[in-house]
Amino acid sequence: MGINDALTGIPGMEQIRFGGHGSRLGIAYHAHGDDWVELALPYATDMIGDEASGVIASGPIFALMDMATSLATWRRLGRFLPHATLDLRVDYLRPARPGHTVIGHGECYALKRSISFVRGQAHDGDAADPIAHVTGTFMFLDAGA
Amino acid sequence: MKLPPYADLLGATLEWEDGLPVLAMPFSRDVLGRPGFVQGGAITGLLEVAAIAALRHQLAGEGGGQIKPINVTVDFMRGGRERVTRAAGIVTRLGTRIANVEASAWQDDRAKPIASARMNYLIVRA
Repeated sequence: MGINDALTGIPGMEQIRFGGHGSRLGIAYHAHGDDWVELALPYATDMIGDEASGVIASGPIFALMDMATSLATWRRLGRFLPHATLDLRVDYLRPARPGHTVIGHGECYALKRSISFVRGQAHDGDAADPIAHVTGTFMFLDAGA
Repeated sequence: MKLPPYADLLGATLEWEDGLPVLAMPFSRDVLGRPGFVQGGAITGLLEVAAIAALRHQLAGEGGGQIKPINVTVDFMRGGRERVTRAAGIVTRLGTRIANVEASAWQDDRAKPIASARMNYLIVRA
C-alpha cells in the first residue's frame, strides 16, 4: 500500500514531506493505525556516519522519526493541519545494523489546541529490540486542533 | 578532517572559523521539507555532523578516540528557508567517558539560530 492510499481522506497530506529530504533518504510508507504511522528507511551507504563500522549516521534516523511522528499527528487529528517540530529528543540505544532497513514507529499520544505530543521507537528488524526512542512536540501553525 | 558519506548526502562542507570547524549546507531539493523550508531532520543531521566535528577536533588534541552518540535533544526556533544553513558545535565538557556538546544552526545571522541541540556522547579513548 502506498502512502496515498494509507492517508486517503486527509486532503493534502500525501504531498507533505515525501518529496525533498525524505525522498533523498529513500523513506517510504510501511504501516499505520488511528494514531500511529510506521515508515521505512532502507540502508544506503551514502548515509554512513562511521566509515569504520558502516553504521548509518543518527541524522537519517532523526529525520525518519520526525516524519513518522508528524504523520501520526495527522492520523490522530484525522486531517491535515500545518505544523512545525517544536522539539524532538532521540535516545540512541544501540547502533543500527549495517545493511538493515530501519522501521520508525511514530505515535501521537496527546492532541491539544496548539500542541501535539508524540513518541516513538525505531528498530531494524525486531520491534522488541529498538535502536532508538523518541519523544517530542509539534506546534500547529494555523487554527488549533 | 574527513567528513563521513552522510555529510556529502546533506551537501555539507567543512569551513574553519577561528580554528574551529563550521559546517555549511546549501539549500537543495535533497534537504527540502515542507515547501520552502529545510527539513528538520536535515537540520538535525547538520547539527550532529557539526557536533561530532567539534568533538573530534578537540579529542584529536588529546590523542583521539571513538565517539558514540547517546542522545540528542533539538529545539527548532525558526523555519530554515531556501538558503545556506551553517552549524557549529561547542564541547561544553569532555570527560574520560562522556562528552557534552551543544550545537546551533543559523542562516543569515548567527545570533538568531534556527535550531539548537544538546547532545551526549560516549567516548572510547584511543
